[in-house]
Parts: sequence; structure tokens; C-alpha cells
Amino acid sequence: MKFVDEFQDPRLVKGLLQEIGALAERRVTFMEVCGTHTMALFKYGIREMLPNPVNIISGPGCPVCVTPTNVLDAAMDAVHKKNVILATFGDMMRVPGSSSSLEAEKALRSDVRVVYSAMDSLGIAESNPDKEVVFLGVGFETTSPSIACTVLGAARKGIENFKLIAAHKLIPPAMKALLEAGEVQLDGFICPGHVSTIIGSEPYEFIPKKYGIPCVISGFEPVDMLQSVLILLRQIDEGKSKVEVQYSRSVKPDGNPIAKRFISEVFETVDSYWRGLGEIPASGLALNERFREYDALKYLGIGLKEPAEPPGCMCGEILRGVRSPPECSLYGLMCTPERPVGPCMVSSEGTCSAYYRYTRGARA
Amino acid sequence: MTSGERILLAHGAGGKLTRRLIEKDILTRFMSPILKRLDDGAVFTIENLKLAYSTDSFVVDPIFFRGGDIGKLAINGTVNDIAMCGAVPIYLTTSLIIEEGFQLEDLRRILNSMQDAADEANVEVVAGDTKVVSAGSADKIFINTSGIGIVEKEVSGSNAKIGDKIIISGFIGDHGIAILSEREGLDLKVPVYSDCSPLNGLVSSILCATEGIHVLRDPTRGGLATTLNEIALQSDVGIRIDEGMIPVRDAVRGACEILGLDPLYVANEGKMVIFVSPLDAPRVLEIMRKNKNGADARVIGEVIAEPRGMVLMRTRIGGERIVDMLEGEQLPRIC
Amino acid sequence: MCLGIPARILKLEGELAEVEIGGAMRKANIQLVPDAKVGEYVLLHAGFAIQKLDEKEALETLKLLEELYEIRR
Repeated sequence: MKFVDEFQDPRLVKGLLQEIGALAERRVTFMEVCGTHTMALFKYGIREMLPNPVNIISGPGCPVCVTPTNVLDAAMDAVHKKNVILATFGDMMRVPGSSSSLEAEKALRSDVRVVYSAMDSLGIAESNPDKEVVFLGVGFETTSPSIACTVLGAARKGIENFKLIAAHKLIPPAMKALLEAGEVQLDGFICPGHVSTIIGSEPYEFIPKKYGIPCVISGFEPVDMLQSVLILLRQIDEGKSKVEVQYSRSVKPDGNPIAKRFISEVFETVDSYWRGLGEIPASGLALNERFREYDALKYLGIGLKEPAEPPGCMCGEILRGVRSPPECSLYGLMCTPERPVGPCMVSSEGTCSAYYRYTRGARA
Repeated sequence: MTSGERILLAHGAGGKLTRRLIEKDILTRFMSPILKRLDDGAVFTIENLKLAYSTDSFVVDPIFFRGGDIGKLAINGTVNDIAMCGAVPIYLTTSLIIEEGFQLEDLRRILNSMQDAADEANVEVVAGDTKVVSAGSADKIFINTSGIGIVEKEVSGSNAKIGDKIIISGFIGDHGIAILSEREGLDLKVPVYSDCSPLNGLVSSILCATEGIHVLRDPTRGGLATTLNEIALQSDVGIRIDEGMIPVRDAVRGACEILGLDPLYVANEGKMVIFVSPLDAPRVLEIMRKNKNGADARVIGEVIAEPRGMVLMRTRIGGERIVDMLEGEQLPRIC
Repeated sequence: MCLGIPARILKLEGELAEVEIGGAMRKANIQLVPDAKVGEYVLLHAGFAIQKLDEKEALETLKLLEELYEIRR
């Protein structure tokens, strides 16, 4: 596959690892904030291939994981209403809400449908004019432009029975919150590649400027990630700190201006509650006044409950990079992919799920 | 969590949840030591004749797909289960559950497929049953087949030996992707056909050529990864496979990338894995490659002593990771 | 939540494009990259093309690394 296979070349991997080995002397901790990066590190076996001093931890990079239970509960309240079809990305199906999951509700005959693209929910709305189709919108900046397009499409085509639960979040404010909290000593950030295709490199500039921490925007293939580690090590070696783009084939400094415009046309930035991190200012998206008629919760009269955490679940600390999954008392015992307690275990890109799948739940 | 009280789709996916259901609810009630072995079919002796006996139900949707239909699947599925017991399948029975309103023309098409498949596999359908249920009580048509055969050589998922070479008979993921591309409304066009085929001819040819075959299994639901994990557990051994050696068509890889699926977990209906002693492996490969169902056969790994009950994979870039059993149902994801 | 795959544009049909990945084909919404042309590569994410792939940049990145580690393609 073009533009994928070349970046998996084992010879390039070998060369990069050698150079990393030569540069990595003292212990360094880098944080990645993208579930796909979490998975890639495990999937290819990169973690074990990196020399000892290089330590990569996971941050709040999984939008499924940081979506609070009250949003899921609200989605379930929605689908319990008469004549509602709930459309969702597959990732949300198995996530536990406070008492159930969308998958379990589907088994109980609620009309929950998995879609691959948000646009598919418009098609469902058109085919079911007597039903209300509610789309559960979860994701970071990679996904929100396509949701914006979907809302605009509904407006353009006059599809009145389409509604949105807008639970989208923004990554740079979460990175800022982590740095402000100062819980973890970080020597560098591996920034999310596809979020950055939308927002560009500018939103991360505050990190080296204010906190002196090197940043690299990385692709997802092994060569990309290893080259990114090398870039961070070089910056540290040269005493520099700036935002560098490794994923130059997809990320431009100004990102995708058209996508950014679609987002601002439909959404406005609001404060948002992140599971494990609490309320973060200006870190979420809500439908702006022009498009508020598409707000599902408002239309159906559903309120959001107080966000709550299952007792013993350490997802919060794991999402903040303070702990790793094997340190959670539930991990591998009470909390497994088959019977997940917290979202980090059930999301296909959750940190706990990644650890469990690829290390078979080995405990600390 | 209500999933403990209700059957979920994931319980039928062939992965961990299916396994749990079998262990907790089925094996605790049906105590036969034959059943407990959890091979593809039951193997037992009656009056000095060693027999293999198996059953399977087919609920595939859509019922007509690129490369076959539910009828072809039903015959080959059971033919293969019997063959994986090291047996020659001889007689099959079939049972149809048809939804009221189903087109007679479609039924005839399916029955023709079944007859063609039975002819190709050299088996006879000798008994059957037909039920019709009211509209809405079944989705178009469900088919059950059961089969019986005579064992040529006893193989079992518990027979893997340390040092055994693991051979796959060809490209993985074809069937699952062919079905998925037509079923889920994913608007995916993939020039891939279901690999639905009878493997009994291939099995016979390798069984009569060498003694060193220990395990045969066809990786259906749950894919290659699940099958290898099952065998590792049954035989209490470790398995190491090489990602670079596993044959996957580009189009299947592309479709999996789009949907966020892993080809290792995608269903196959015309492939088998063979665990064979290292000395016999080259001969087995030679024979397989002469058969149309084994033309792309290759060695993908071997049986190791540790870690027991686990499958390790050497990745394309030279790293190593664990290949776990399938979780629930593989859902198309964006994440 | 960042599954994005390089896909080649085969055909343009207004708001949509037919794209291809290793032989698998799907429709992609190209409202976010309206100037994408047939033959170009885009990043496919959840049914949308979210950015064009800069082939020149990709090849340059690879070339640089290959030269560095003395690898012949």
C-alpha cells in the first residue's frame, strides 16, 4: 500500500534505532496524546525495540476514553425515547455508561446503529422520516470537520429529523492542562498526526515557548514514530525546544483551512469535562446558535447528569500519564476487555486495552 | 452490566465471549469427554470404525455474495469440519428454516448450490428437514448441516508438538471481507471473492503422503488469530508466527485499513492451518501447492515451548508482540 | 481516533470521490479538500478526505532517510 509500506521498511527502522541508541543517554520521558499512536507502539513492537532510556507514556489521546459517562448515559436516554434511532461510531458501542452500554441496549432491542461515517446517519434520517436520528458525535479535531459537514448537509437538504449529540473535544487545551498540573515530568511531546492535519502546527507553539518542552508532530508508521523520537532526542541534545513536523506529507503549518472554517461555521468552543482531567476551559465544541436546532439533548429534553467514576477505576490517572495500567488494582482482574470497568479498557485505542491486548494483562 | 444476562452478538463471533459461553454454560451441562476436546467435530469409535461427526449452522447475511451463497457455505462448512478431524466426509444431513414469503426462485438457487457443492466435495446429502416460520421470525433462511465421515488419521487441536511447523493454505481474510463489503452498508467495493471451498481433497492428499501431521483446523469465525490461540491453549504450547509470511491480498489489507480491522481476525471459509513435524513440512507444502486450494500455501510459524497458551508474532519491522484472541465482534471503527 | 489511510482518487463525482486503497474502493466526501484531483492521494478518515497527501514531501522524507542509512530502493 502506497505511502504506508515504505514507512514500514525494516532497514530504515534499523537505521533509526541505531541512531536513537547512540543519542539516548539519560532517561527521557515522552508523552503521546493519540490513541492511534498508543496502538502503533504496541502493534509493531516498537516499545520493546526502543533503548532503555527512552520511555514513552500515553496521555489523554483517546476521545472515547475521555468522554464522560454522563454523555453515554444521555445517548442511552435518547435512544429509549420513542421513535429515536441512535447512530454512533463503532468505538462507542462497548463503553460502559453508569449502568449499561450501547451494545447492551441494542441487545435489548433499542435501535442503535453503527455507522462508519457521520454522513451515513443523514442517509438513515432520509430513509426513516418518521424517526428522529440522533448521531453521537465523539472525537477530536480529526473528526469534527466531518461532523460539521454533516450538520451543514442536514441544513442544506432540509433534513429535519437529524440531531447531534456534540461531545467533540480539542487536544491542545488538554495538553496545556496537563502541563499546568505538573504531575508528570515530560521531556517531549509526540503530537497527534491527524489532528494536526486539521489544526496545523501553530496551536502547539505555546508548549516550547512557555514550558520549554520539545514537540514533534508524528505520523503513524514505525518509521514515522522512530524518526519523531529521534527528532525529540536531537532537540534535547542541542538544548533546543520547538515544534517540528515529522509528518510533513500530511501536515502543513496552517493545517487544513477549509476544515477549520467548517468547524467554526457550525460549532463554538466551550468548556468541557474530560474524564480523568476534570473541566478544562475552552476544550470542547458545542453547536453554535445558528445550528442549535440540531442539538439532540435540547430537542429531546435530556439533561446531563453529574459525571461519575466507577469506584477503583484508575482511568483518570492513566489518562494523565501519572500511572500505567498494570498499576491499577482492577486491571487484568476485575477489568478486562471482556468485562471492562473503565473506558480505557474497552476503547480499541484505550491505553489499558492496548497494554492488555499486547502484554496479556501482565501486572506490575 | 446487562451483558451478563443477555446474549449479545459478540457471543456468536467465535472469540473470547463465545468461549466463555461454551465453558460456563455448555460444557457444564453436556459432560461428554468427546465434547470437552472442543475439536471441529466429535471423533469416536463404533464397532472398530473410527468416525468423525459434526454439525454447523449458517446464518450468513447477505445470503448471496461474491464467491458463493449460504447453501455452498453450508455444505462446505461441514465438509471441512469433518476433514479437519482427519476424516473423509461421506454423508451430510441438512435442515432448512425458511421465513414465510421467501422467494421460491432463491430457494431453488440455494438448493442448486448445495447440490453442486456436494458433488464437488464428493459427499451425499442423505436426510433433511424443512421448517417454515412466519414472516419476521427468521431472517430469510437459516441452514444447518451435519456430517459424518471415516477417520483416516487422528488429528486434534491438542496434538501440537514443540517444533512443529505451522502452514497456512493460502490468503487470509477473503471471506470476511467479501461478506462485510456486501452486508454492512459500508459502501465498500472490494474485488475479493469468498474463498468458500471444500478442503477434504487437499486434506486426504496430505494425510496419505506423510505421518507427521498433528493438527488441522480451518480458521472460520474469529480468524487465524483465534484459531492459533485455541490450539495453543488446547495443546498447552506456545506459537510464534512471522507477520511477513502471512499471505493477505492487497485489497483485503486495504479494506481492513479502511474499516480498522485486523486481517488476522477476519473469517475464512476455504483455508486451513496445518501443524506438521518439521521434517515433513517441505513435502506437505509440495503436495499442497499442486492443489488449487493450496496453491499459495506457506509456512508462517512454529510451535514453541514458552510462553504456553500464547501466540507471539514477529512484526514486519522486526519487533515482537502478542496476538490475542478476538474480543467481541469486530466492529468497523474510525478509531 | 486518528485512523487515516492514504487513498488514491479514481473518480470525482461532485461532493464525493471514488477512492482506492490497495484495490479496495469506497466513496469519500471531498468537501474538505475540494481541489483534489484524480490520481492524487488523500487521507481517508471516517468517510471523508481530510487532507491531500504531499507526494513530494513523502518521497523526500524517504530519500533523506535512505541516503542517511545507505539503503538502495
